Amino acid sequence: MNELFTIELFWSSVRLSTPLLLAALGGLFSERSGVVNIALEGLMLAGAFTAAAVTWAAGNPWIGLAAAALAGMLVALIHAVACIRYKADQVVTGTAINILMLGIPGFLSGALFLSSGSTPQIAREHLIPWTPIVLAFLAVPITQYVLFHTPFGLRLRAVGENPEAADAAGINVATMRYAGVLLSGILSGVGGAYLSIGQASLFTRNMTSGRGFIALAALIFGKWRPVQTMAACLFFGLTEALTIQMQGVVKLPSGDDIPVQFIQIVPYVLTIVVLAGFIGHSRAPRALGVPYRKEN
Amino acid sequence: MKLRDVLFPAVAVLAAFLVGALFVAAIGDSPIETYRLLIGSAFSWPDGVGYTLFLATPLIFTGLAVAVAFRAGLLNIGAEGQLYMSAFAAAWCGITFARLPAVLLVPACMACAIGAGAMWAAIPGLLKARFGSHEVINTIMMNFIAVALCGYFTQYHYRTPGDPIMETAAVGANASLPRVGDFIPGVPSRIPLNFAFVLAMVACGLVYVLLWRTKWGYELRATGANPFAAQYGGISTGRQIVIAMAISGGLAGGVGINEVLGYRHRYYDGFSDNYGFTGIAVALLGRNHPVGVFFAAILFAVLSRGGIAVDAFTVHVTRDIVQILQATIILFVAAEAVFRGPFRKLGLLK
Repeated sequence: MNELFTIELFWSSVRLSTPLLLAALGGLFSERSGVVNIALEGLMLAGAFTAAAVTWAAGNPWIGLAAAALAGMLVALIHAVACIRYKADQVVTGTAINILMLGIPGFLSGALFLSSGSTPQIAREHLIPWTPIVLAFLAVPITQYVLFHTPFGLRLRAVGENPEAADAAGINVATMRYAGVLLSGILSGVGGAYLSIGQASLFTRNMTSGRGFIALAALIFGKWRPVQTMAACLFFGLTEALTIQMQGVVKLPSGDDIPVQFIQIVPYVLTIVVLAGFIGHSRAPRALGVPYRKEN
Repeated sequence: MKLRDVLFPAVAVLAAFLVGALFVAAIGDSPIETYRLLIGSAFSWPDGVGYTLFLATPLIFTGLAVAVAFRAGLLNIGAEGQLYMSAFAAAWCGITFARLPAVLLVPACMACAIGAGAMWAAIPGLLKARFGSHEVINTIMMNFIAVALCGYFTQYHYRTPGDPIMETAAVGANASLPRVGDFIPGVPSRIPLNFAFVLAMVACGLVYVLLWRTKWGYELRATGANPFAAQYGGISTGRQIVIAMAISGGLAGGVGINEVLGYRHRYYDGFSDNYGFTGIAVALLGRNHPVGVFFAAILFAVLSRGGIAVDAFTVHVTRDIVQILQATIILFVAAEAVFRGPFRKLGLLK
């Protein structure tokens, strides 16, 4: 068992938690403003595809990273306009964005690269394996500060908890919610970029494979608070690292591998348990999911 | 039926096709040619029609599943997990009791499929009724757990030794539903359209009767329309939530029947082509009514079938256009307020 818990496992957990953390912090801004964001998965896919495609075309990962943030923001804008301007159901819109982002990368790579859903390989010197990790963990104290120590953060939380009161106090509810959702797009886009130009060296079809939903789980597990959310992401990253490292190393007494499925489901089971209130209570922002209709 | 029940979905579909045409034109292909392939390939006999109705079958089931839950005020994002559990349960029954005669085995497999789907959906229902935890998050989490559990049992317990594919052994020969070729002479038996399609149509009728012709359906809709008023009126809303979720999951279980008894005769890991999520689009477009669900499922099946032709016969466009269209339709249906202003100006709405 000892050969498993090494410094390598720690770094592996940090690397695997990075995309989760970026997306989860994004989700935090959106949900704190009162807009449910189950579109994190789609936003990450937008970032992952754009980063790989632009980095390959421009030969520069920084342009790719910036493009990924922009792409995430633009896709988030669809979510924002539908939910805030047109009062669409936020869960339904989020689902639509996830489906849209399963389609668009494949569609574009078919047209641009004549491939069935992946981008060309990016040269090793054009990858950025470290920067997104630093960005992700720097984003935690920044989010904490912005959310709890700036007027912007106060307003953001106010429109998520009690939009009527915030409105009465002269805060523009719609503007704050747009800001929250667009920030979620930027952060998730960077999180996706890390997958394609940090960990891997190309975009492949559906390469997030559910990480957006694990990020959402981490956000709930972390009770919509930055530091706790980071802890949850690290823990979920650890479970993923374990599923990779345990294969072929740790065996059951019978000589078989421990089924990876049992470790894979840990984040999901824990989220259900936490939501039910068995381990402390995780309370969502009060106005989460409710479109705000200004009374005349 | 009101005008708006047809108007909004029709306009949403048209608007989505316009957006899709922009996408196609942007990469230099012809939108008209693409749509001709996309829609036209569904109408050839027997392959086009057969495959399209076969593809529509799971979508009718998941569309109904989402619609019933929605009528009770619940968003069931978990049809995907429920249909995986149901398919695995059907396969388990078909393998374990392989020697039973068809009259017993087929109903037993169906009961397992429906029961497994119902149980898997009832859990988030119970959690919502008992602890108030949100069904959206829980059903998403349950999707991943379902896929992992079915994967585990397939990989470690029900796979034929040496089989490189993640699939269970075949079910007993009797665990099989007749295909369209058994009814209509001249239709080849390879076309997988099967009796489950009839079951899906029956399910549409049952859902209609249940929701609009029974006291219980009234209580369910009352819970969805206004839970506080329903509670005040003496309806146990907690109970309604659990029952509605169970029925929703049972309907999603129909997918397992189609897949295992009608098509592959085994559980095949990852078989679902996003049926659970497409079901959300189907229910929305069909305005959560069984008749609407039926036609919306046919539409999405037509697109899905056409996607294969688009892949093969256009220069650049891939079948991903189908998902773009689906997503855009959902967006336009969800944000129908987009059209309200123009409609008012045209005098179509008050």
